Amino acid sequence: MLLNPAIMALVLVSAMVTMMLLLASGFAIQVIRHWDINSGSERQLELERRTYLISTLLTWSFVSELISLLLFVYNAESMSGQFVGAMCATGVLNVNEWGWPTLLLKIVIFFCGTSWLALNYLDNQGHDYPLVRWKYTLLLLIVPLAVAEFYTQLQHFLNMDPDVITSCCGALFSADAEGVAAEVSGVEPDTAMLALYGTGAITLLSGVWYARRRRGGVLFTLSGVAAFVVALMAIVSFISLYIYEHPHHHCPFCILKSGHGYAGYLLYIPLFAATAMALGSGVMAPWKNRPSLAAAVARDAPRLAWLAVSLFGLFYLLASWYVMNSSLVMTGVWW
Amino acid sequence: MIDLIRKQRYLIDFTLSSLLRRKGKNLGLLLVYTLIVFMLASIMLFTHALRQEAGMVLQSAPEIILQRMVAGRHALVPADYLEKMGSLRGVTDKKGRLWGYFYDPTVKANYTMMVDEARGLTAMEVVIGAGIARAKGIGIGDYISFRAYDGDAFSFQVKEIINPVTELVSSDLVLMSERAYRATFGVPDGYFTDIVLKVRNPREVRKIAEKLSMRLPDTRPILREEILRTYDSIFSWRQGIVFVLLAGAILAFVIFAWDKASGLSAEEKREIGILKAVGWETADVLRMKFWEGAVISLSAFILGYLSAYAHVFYGSATLFEPVLKGWAVLYPEFQLTPFIDGLQVATLFFFTVFPYIVATIIPIWKASITDPDAVMR
Repeated sequence: MLLNPAIMALVLVSAMVTMMLLLASGFAIQVIRHWDINSGSERQLELERRTYLISTLLTWSFVSELISLLLFVYNAESMSGQFVGAMCATGVLNVNEWGWPTLLLKIVIFFCGTSWLALNYLDNQGHDYPLVRWKYTLLLLIVPLAVAEFYTQLQHFLNMDPDVITSCCGALFSADAEGVAAEVSGVEPDTAMLALYGTGAITLLSGVWYARRRRGGVLFTLSGVAAFVVALMAIVSFISLYIYEHPHHHCPFCILKSGHGYAGYLLYIPLFAATAMALGSGVMAPWKNRPSLAAAVARDAPRLAWLAVSLFGLFYLLASWYVMNSSLVMTGVWW
Repeated sequence: MIDLIRKQRYLIDFTLSSLLRRKGKNLGLLLVYTLIVFMLASIMLFTHALRQEAGMVLQSAPEIILQRMVAGRHALVPADYLEKMGSLRGVTDKKGRLWGYFYDPTVKANYTMMVDEARGLTAMEVVIGAGIARAKGIGIGDYISFRAYDGDAFSFQVKEIINPVTELVSSDLVLMSERAYRATFGVPDGYFTDIVLKVRNPREVRKIAEKLSMRLPDTRPILREEILRTYDSIFSWRQGIVFVLLAGAILAFVIFAWDKASGLSAEEKREIGILKAVGWETADVLRMKFWEGAVISLSAFILGYLSAYAHVFYGSATLFEPVLKGWAVLYPEFQLTPFIDGLQVATLFFFTVFPYIVATIIPIWKASITDPDAVMR
């Protein structure tokens, strides 16, 4: 299976990104040990110069991770024709035990990466780079994830056996089966709806509150993360049903298909972007008392919060629109 | 926000004029870059269109083909197998087919001979594919003769030439009546080449195939979905092989880009020195270089992709044809249906733009940290 061009591209990207991150982590260790902004030594000068290289490398790494996340899902979707029993990305991810961990790692790296970029942006605003140790410590935590992702992805592609009959969304996302996916599918739609709009309201309100009053940044970030998780559950539990207009089809991947008007992309892109922004404003907010960063935090964190709030808003509007405009009627069954 | 956009606009403006000042060097890079994108994009567009075409052709194929096996070889199926398999729930239609191959020494090519009762051909008439008509130089009303199994020669009048739209599959096809077929090949009455079954519900296909191989143990069912799956992986695989072969070219390109980016001329170094002396920061120089890369990448990508598109869909992919689609005497002439897909574009991006970026980051950074006094002295 390795000779498929999309797979070669994914492996190539993951290998390059891992290499760049390893390079950066070597530098990170040096920074953590030797950084001293007040020193005029040659080493400090060299370190300061090198930060430019490293942040450029990392920006590119995280941007390519983002594209590779999209490509990974899209590729899984398009390979579903090559496996017995696979009808969408779920079946391909299920082909072996490495598929789901790879996807999860890619998502986690995406959020870590965007948070890191936000922190890096903020740090560059301060004339004395006050967060430099923090951000390189954070980087050292991201590197193992990237290495793990490279490994799991490679295993996923190497162990693809077209003769294995895989189980697809119909089996995995059904209320009668066992496992996390089944649990999520089995959540009562009214509970899921309540949770979705509940976390949505808290996130939007705390976001606006933070953006206007500059208080409660942590609350906003936490509720943003909760809203993200609940939104994914809600997509599996009831939003997808309305998009498919089918009371038992819970798959979160089939909505990416052209047959459903690419609804999935319209839902996931605002949701992921909003969560990333919320996390970004969350990592910025705690530094408002640093003298060299106060102005930058006061300017940029609320800006990110506004963006996050509008993207979350867009997601809720779209989700509600899909539910309202669907021909599926289940009110008599649920309530 | 507006300020940010305005700043980037000025940077792009500056970058463009600085690129134009060194036309020769940048045009060379652009040319090589475009060529790489062109080659890879041609292959992707071509294999993808072929795969699409195969899928469309097979759309109307029967869901199950049943072949009888004798000692591991494909053998004729007795007509009573149709009764022996009994009625299978979910099968909407089943019938025996008669077909085979015929080698014509005059044009050194194989024809596919098939019985088509639906066309109502008499025993003296045939319908031929456009490839045969081209190779033998015959048209409607002309005669074509085949040497039968027992040495006799039979002549048939060409009643029709198959519509060139379907040439990909019908180029070498000869359609004839059942009587003519049996007389030419000596296949006795009561035997078929194979049996085809139509199944309405795709989810029942595997179960029906299982039942068939239980009731008729000496047969082998071939499923349409399996053929489709095989085509799918074969085309991806061929594309992958060509990509691996081109890996050397990509690597050469990466080295070339690295070299271009790191071999700054004295003049360019001076330019960066002056920029820094008048107040540009390292980050600004990096940004300018980023825009430089973006302008070159984008132009090369668009130019390469568009010319690949023209090459594949208007020029029949002349350069890669033999490797990717195979060859034959009666090769079909066909126009591929243009098809662009996001996955392809993203993959192509990762094979061309991504290596370029990775190769140029370090040289660009090296250039941007230059001390003004070091270069202007």
